[in-house]
Amino acid sequence: MALLDETGSTPVSSPERAQGRWTQWFGQIPAWGWLLAAFMLCLPLFASNFVIYQIFGWAMILGMIALSLMFLAGYGGMVSLVQMSVAACAGYMVAILGNSAATEISLGWPWWLNIPVAILIAMAFGTISGALAVRTEGIYTIMITLAIASAFFYFTRQNYVIFNGFSGFNSLEPPRLFGVDWRQAVPFYYLTLFWATLSYLAVWYVSRSPFGLALQGIRDNPRRMSALGFNITAHRIAAYTFAAFFAAIAGILLSWLNGQISPGTAGVGPVIDILIIAVVGGLKRPIGPFIGALVYVLLRTFALDVLVSLGLDGQRFQLLIGLGFLLIVFFSPDGLLGLWERWKSHMAKSESGLAPMHDGDA
Amino acid sequence: MQSAAERLSAAGTANALELRGVSRLFGALAALSDVTMSVKPGERRAVLGSNGAGKTTLFNCVTGDFPPTSGTVRFFGEDVTHFPPHERIRRGLRRTYQISQLFGGLSVVDNVYLACRGVSRGRFSLIRPRRNDALMQSALDLVNAVHLTDFKDMLVSELSYGQQRQLEIALALSGAPRFILFDEPAAGLSPTERSELIEILTSMPAHIGYIIIEHDMDVALRVVESVTMMHNGAIFKEGNPAEIESDPEVQELYLGGGHVRL
Ligand SMILES: Nc1ncnc2c1ncn2[C@@H]1O[C@H](COP(=O)(O)OP(=O)(O)OP(=O)(O)O)[C@@H](O)[C@H]1O
Ligand SMILES: [Mg+2]
Repeated sequence: MALLDETGSTPVSSPERAQGRWTQWFGQIPAWGWLLAAFMLCLPLFASNFVIYQIFGWAMILGMIALSLMFLAGYGGMVSLVQMSVAACAGYMVAILGNSAATEISLGWPWWLNIPVAILIAMAFGTISGALAVRTEGIYTIMITLAIASAFFYFTRQNYVIFNGFSGFNSLEPPRLFGVDWRQAVPFYYLTLFWATLSYLAVWYVSRSPFGLALQGIRDNPRRMSALGFNITAHRIAAYTFAAFFAAIAGILLSWLNGQISPGTAGVGPVIDILIIAVVGGLKRPIGPFIGALVYVLLRTFALDVLVSLGLDGQRFQLLIGLGFLLIVFFSPDGLLGLWERWKSHMAKSESGLAPMHDGDA
Repeated sequence: MQSAAERLSAAGTANALELRGVSRLFGALAALSDVTMSVKPGERRAVLGSNGAGKTTLFNCVTGDFPPTSGTVRFFGEDVTHFPPHERIRRGLRRTYQISQLFGGLSVVDNVYLACRGVSRGRFSLIRPRRNDALMQSALDLVNAVHLTDFKDMLVSELSYGQQRQLEIALALSGAPRFILFDEPAAGLSPTERSELIEILTSMPAHIGYIIIEHDMDVALRVVESVTMMHNGAIFKEGNPAEIESDPEVQELYLGGGHVRL
């Protein structure tokens, strides 16, 4: 019996296993992944600037912020409402440390200094929020993070010395690198696509790393994780730090997309919207937040026109979003992704004539 | 803070487990009252007692799941009374739970991998384990040791009750345990699974001691060399299996002339 024999007297893995690692990885990418990648890369060829900038650009940014919530909520079981504020914090820092129309405040640091520092400050903010929130459970986590988010909103609105109060900062733009004007629709689209893809892949990859697995273990059974040697408090705080990284990048992109940042960027409305986006898309998998963000952006952009064309009051679009949220949460707690998965398994079942599943054979 | 002399003497002669006047209250209920016991390194002991005697509470006080209300717990000479559970586990303490505490949403091998990772470095690693990862290898060995290799990729929530109990044991064997607390590992197992369990327990390296809570005397008395009887949160009798079995008081209180439960 190989029990407790640390050297492992019965080697299971063979050398061939390690070799085909990369091919194995590419083989893992599902068909929809290839299709989506091709579609996103080619989008600027046939879509208008409005569509790639205001629809897809915005959706990918909101998707990244919702992704940071999905990481905490889906893998860690911690519903944090502070992610939008973390994003806004990074946006503010880029404006304050770099360049903006408020020249009396902005320090004018070069991009290679102000962007990393802005991300670090936002991550510190996320970490501190996490440290305050992790000892609470469920509804109390939501309340504490909401309180922090509100505090951030009111602070930025009332502080004129650093945050320029009500008006915030205007004329924010990405640095001109490699001779490209990154504010133009197509370059900005690819810039955003790059970071959104990177964030998605990072979260997907880390979900199966020791850190990610342990986080899911803590979500499912913190007491047992503690009895396995994990410091669950430290682990949860680290999850906030990790999640803050993606929110921070998204926050900087958002400030460039809008060309401005102000207290309203992280008001209670947008803070709740991120929660809605993540829940509507689905908290189980990292693609969910991006689906939710696209639906949200489409609704925000077109619901008004649709309502007016139907002879209804255009101002009701918020109602439409709320109603959609209600319907999805009611019919599918796992969001749109959950609906899709149920539909797929339903189709599979009716095709195979209810053949019993044997997962154990693998 | 211990002086060097204290630590030295502790290291030389320390008991694996040393409880002094340990009590645990739940409101007004004393689930454990003034328990003093010591277990030598490598010693294997059974804790017996009727329902509600405080056996599980004793385990919880040792691991820190619920810290004792008063008293001290020493683990290999070190006062761990105020340590959080993970600090005790990292020092070589392990436990299983009476009601399985597993990760239903993860696969069998991931459950064991987490257990191996919890007592080693790199708990925060962002790099996925490779197939030939040393820890993954020891996780697979443990899965094999509890006869779950055929089910290693299955979700734990899909395992049978007996398989979950076996996995519970695998989690307690991860890393380099020095002392293990088994809380009714045999309860609900089939006769085959039961003899597999006995084999696992008897074939463990001699330096690893354990306490096993077990109602089934057939199992308990085959795998231990000493017995502690508990009653109403206190220690009622200690001795070797033969003494305990033939003790008239024990017979009357607990055995009732035959084997209780199961
Ligand atoms: N978390 C808790 N809160 C309140 N009371 C508790 C708690 N845990 C245990 N108790 C009480 O403490 C007493 C001892 O419980 P314990 O679980 O230690 O008994 P046990 O000897 O393990 O019994 P069993 O054989 O049923 O497992 C019982 O009366 C129980 O109701
Ligand atoms: Mg018990």
